[in-house]
Amino acid sequence: MKFTQILKNCTGEYKKHLILCPVAMIGEVAMETTIPLMTATLIDKAIPHSQETGEISQVLLYGGIMLAMALISMAFGFMGSYLSSKGALGFGRNLRQALFEKIQRFSFKNIDRFSTASLVTRLTTDVNQVQSVVMMLVRMAVRSPIMFIMALIWALRLQPALVTVLAVSVPLLAIAVVVIMRMAFPRFQVMMKKYDGLNSSIQENLIGIRVVKAFVRARHEKEKFAASADEVTAAQRAAEKVVLWNGPIMTILMNCSVVAVLWLGGKMIVGGEMDFGTLTAFITYITQILMSLMMFSFLFVGLVLSRASIARISEVLEEQPDIVSPDGAQNDVRDGSIVFDHVNFSYQGNPDNLVLTDVNLSIRSGETVGIIGGTGSAKTTLVSLIPRLYDVTSGRLLVGGKDVREYDIHALRDQVSMVLQKNVLFSGTIRDNLRWGDENATDEEITAACQAAAADEFIRSFPDGYDTDLGQGGVNVSGGQKQRLCIARALLKKPKIMILDDATSAVDTATDARIRQALRTQMPDTTKLIIAQRIASVMDADHILVLDEGRIMDFGTHEELMQRSEIYREVYTSQQKGVA
Amino acid sequence: MPPRGPKAMAKPKNAKNTLRRLIRYLGRSKRQLILVFCCILISTAATTAGTFLLKPAVDGYLTPLVEQASQNLKVDLTPYLSFLLLLLAMYLAGAAAQFLSNRIMMMVSTGTLNHLRKEMFDHMEDLPIRYFDQRTHGEIMSRYTNDTDTLREFLSQAFPQAVSSALSILLSLAFMLNLNIWMTLLVLALTPLMFKITATIGKKSGASFAAQQKAVGALNGYIEETIEGQRVVQVFCHEEKSIDVFTGKNEDVRVAGTRANTFASMLWPIMGNLGHAIYVLVALVGSIFIVNHSATLGTLIAFLPLTGQFSRPISNLSQQFSIILQALAGAERIFELMDEPVEEDQGYVKLVRCRKDEDGNIVETPERTGMWAWKHPHKADGTVTYTELRGDVVFEHVNFGYVPEKTVLHDVSLYAKPGQKIAFVGSTGAGKTTITNLINRFYDIQDGKIRYDGINIEKIKKDDLRRSLGMVLQDTHLFTGTVRENIRYGKLDATDEEIRRAAKIANADFFIRHLPQGYDTMLTGDGANLSQGQRQLIAIARAAVADPPVLILDEATSSIDTRTEALIEKGMDGLMKGRTVFVIAHRLSTVRNSQAIMVLENGVIIERGNHEQLLEQKGKYYQLYTGMFELS
Repeated sequence: MKFTQILKNCTGEYKKHLILCPVAMIGEVAMETTIPLMTATLIDKAIPHSQETGEISQVLLYGGIMLAMALISMAFGFMGSYLSSKGALGFGRNLRQALFEKIQRFSFKNIDRFSTASLVTRLTTDVNQVQSVVMMLVRMAVRSPIMFIMALIWALRLQPALVTVLAVSVPLLAIAVVVIMRMAFPRFQVMMKKYDGLNSSIQENLIGIRVVKAFVRARHEKEKFAASADEVTAAQRAAEKVVLWNGPIMTILMNCSVVAVLWLGGKMIVGGEMDFGTLTAFITYITQILMSLMMFSFLFVGLVLSRASIARISEVLEEQPDIVSPDGAQNDVRDGSIVFDHVNFSYQGNPDNLVLTDVNLSIRSGETVGIIGGTGSAKTTLVSLIPRLYDVTSGRLLVGGKDVREYDIHALRDQVSMVLQKNVLFSGTIRDNLRWGDENATDEEITAACQAAAADEFIRSFPDGYDTDLGQGGVNVSGGQKQRLCIARALLKKPKIMILDDATSAVDTATDARIRQALRTQMPDTTKLIIAQRIASVMDADHILVLDEGRIMDFGTHEELMQRSEIYREVYTSQQKGVA
Repeated sequence: MPPRGPKAMAKPKNAKNTLRRLIRYLGRSKRQLILVFCCILISTAATTAGTFLLKPAVDGYLTPLVEQASQNLKVDLTPYLSFLLLLLAMYLAGAAAQFLSNRIMMMVSTGTLNHLRKEMFDHMEDLPIRYFDQRTHGEIMSRYTNDTDTLREFLSQAFPQAVSSALSILLSLAFMLNLNIWMTLLVLALTPLMFKITATIGKKSGASFAAQQKAVGALNGYIEETIEGQRVVQVFCHEEKSIDVFTGKNEDVRVAGTRANTFASMLWPIMGNLGHAIYVLVALVGSIFIVNHSATLGTLIAFLPLTGQFSRPISNLSQQFSIILQALAGAERIFELMDEPVEEDQGYVKLVRCRKDEDGNIVETPERTGMWAWKHPHKADGTVTYTELRGDVVFEHVNFGYVPEKTVLHDVSLYAKPGQKIAFVGSTGAGKTTITNLINRFYDIQDGKIRYDGINIEKIKKDDLRRSLGMVLQDTHLFTGTVRENIRYGKLDATDEEIRRAAKIANADFFIRHLPQGYDTMLTGDGANLSQGQRQLIAIARAAVADPPVLILDEATSSIDTRTEALIEKGMDGLMKGRTVFVIAHRLSTVRNSQAIMVLENGVIIERGNHEQLLEQKGKYYQLYTGMFELS
């Protein structure tokens, strides 16, 4: 997506501010460029007139006009400030809103494509960058060229012969600016890269400080850091050395032009072709013209620098959410039965690189099914298909007798409760977090869910009980407590299917057993899928599914599997070693 | 460029001290700074003097020439030309000085920052673990990024510009006084007004920027949290509600931001046009003076641009002042980190290479014998004794708490001998990890003693103590680099063969060889391209290559499935031979074959013994263990 299109889509109700701001800027510039002309008139006409006549009415008149112009210019300037701030910040808000809403519609697959950190950067830093470019754009994009043009017109009207000076200095400045920028950009890119490297090495040291200390590697790390810090400094110097020329070149060109004007203009004054006032005004115009050129180059730099941000933002805006509810979607999930019918799945949609291969499975409503398999055997992938977090690559997946792709997504997910392996709590109280499961849950329902999840006891031990503030990311509870809260939250949904993906790994075995017991007695009609590392967590299930490298190896009761499944037996014995 | 508002109005708490310290830092480049000052003086003087010289140009050269011309006399422009050439030379000198000052300041600022960064990092690496416990990574990180950035802006721009602004004000004032006292007094009469307006707007914009910063903080916090938990948001169909909350916070940012930016950008039209107003008033008064013949045309022509060179730096100074404040606040945070006390080490017992002489005595040797000893100088009688490094660990009545009020470990006593595997079992928060953190002195105990080969560990140099302990931690943490480099982290001079052997012990060799580039596969972002289990295997290999007498495995195999774990254990058995091993695990299957299992509850060892003994005791361990079968 191009910048112009993002601009068009996100200006919204702030369009008029963004259009009016340049208008105000034109007003300001018009005054600013006319004041020197008035000075010239004052010096060349009004003063000699007053000297001749001895009365100062003309001087006062032109002085009054100039004062009025300064005030009008100030008013326009105010308007510009207000309009550009309002317009740009409004645009920023709309852009941020559009991004956030888009991300909310993302499927898991969409999210996989971007990392969490990069999505956050796009929503914060990148939006701010584009917002400030827009602000600069409405202020400068019109202002600088208009200033250039108006100052040039007045200069031409005053004394066309002197404009030859500009014919030399303007192209020279333009060339210098372009050359400097061309040389500087790649150097700055190198610098940014080195800088990123430095920052990530600091971050690594922060995360791994225990490893650094345990292996006594502080000196090694310091040396590594010093080397990359030196590289950053070298890259920075290489880049800034080029940019340094900007200021002095501008000064030289400006001052040479002034001296040239003083010489040429001086000759003309002596020749009687020009007056002193014109000379002073001309000097001001030279300054204005060269300055406006410089400003324009800054604008250009800003635009180039924001190119990366714009690209990152459009990537998100252009991403198509690949899981959406179909037209005429079903809202009613009949029961918790699940059928996998020749399901193949690949994260890239590539049939040659399948994560799940030909999965056939039928689970009755209300059944408890345990899922066992080694690291990377696609346990999580398998259950993620049920609430349609991903779509099957081929085959069919039926929930409540209908293909999951026929349901309204929200209706389906309301009935399929999933406790994720990597789970999160949000800032707010425990009660706020639990209400995610059911917004209108009564206190009794919340307590009941927490009792089932073996969480009620520890929640009550907190001074503020259910109103305990969790802080960002649920930092105030231990790992096991967090998992139990997540289970309670999922229970409150009163779903037809409940999936626990290694959801009790940090909970001790006795509590784990209590939770499973509660699930069984309190939700007899809910289908329960339990992924676990410990055989003990699944051996009481109605059926146990054994997965290996994305294939179903076996499906049966604990006793059946002990008899016929080698893998299952192996896992079992590995957990039983040492038992007499 | 649009006006830059202050980013965050974090005011320095002790500006004077921080400034003094910062100046001390810059003191290293005293000579360069003096040179920079001279250069700025020259370039500012060139600019203001150039303007001032318009008066002689008009009054001294051009006006007489015009008169001569009007009387049809022959005009000689050569003196005027040489005057202009002199002016040009002065301008060029000014530009050269400007270039020089920019260049030197760039070298000084980048050099100072480089120095500061390294010093900060070096200090950070020596800080105790406790420091990192108490702060978020973002908090420490921002000292390297935000705070260093504002400091850079200050050094490379705000500082030289402030100097040049101040000089410009002084010099143009001097030239104005020289030109015409009454017109100067007029300008000076209006100056307090400018200062007042600048200060008022500065204050308002500061306050509104603080409000904006707060709103932005709230929004960014919400964004971060929601995106982190995006999967949960979707599983709970919480999208609409998230958007609702976001919309509110987003609007808050817009309102606060509009206000803050309006104020910040208002300063320029106000100051610019106030400058115009002064210009006009001076022009008026000057014109009247000319009419009265109490001033010349040249005076007015030179005076008018000087008012601009006097008034513009005033608003610049206010901008620079806010940058300076921010930079001081940043510098303060940087110094704060550098003032944190480093990890103390009063140990004097060192680890040295040794061999046994004919009599079986241990003697120090520079050769690589594979044998190590503790060199223990006794202060009292000046003798030195050597104790062979074996890996004997004894806890005697150890008490410990992370904060003095809250004891985490109560009266813990235990002993572990080479060849033994000691396991710790207990629920989260029972104090298992704490025990191992005490052995390597990440934290110091409050009461009791820990002895290593009979030596109180407080007497052992921390680096040597840690070098003799191999740790595999719960969170693996790999570094950016190849797999080989990551394993080599355990022993920097390990050969490729040693690395391979260590990987084999950890059962990692097979999967590493199947990575795209084998041992040379680059790991990025804490090994994000590997599964948690694979990362743990590499971490085990890293500890194995170090070949220490004591191994500490803190949930080292928690993310490895039990079948793979059983395989690793085979290799580990070899690794553990003759070593003291401490194991912390959640899974009882991991600890079952230990010589001693300690069951911890609330920081107290409530049961100890081997698996069979503990089962016989029918206590907590028995409950935990049979809990697994309760439902079968």
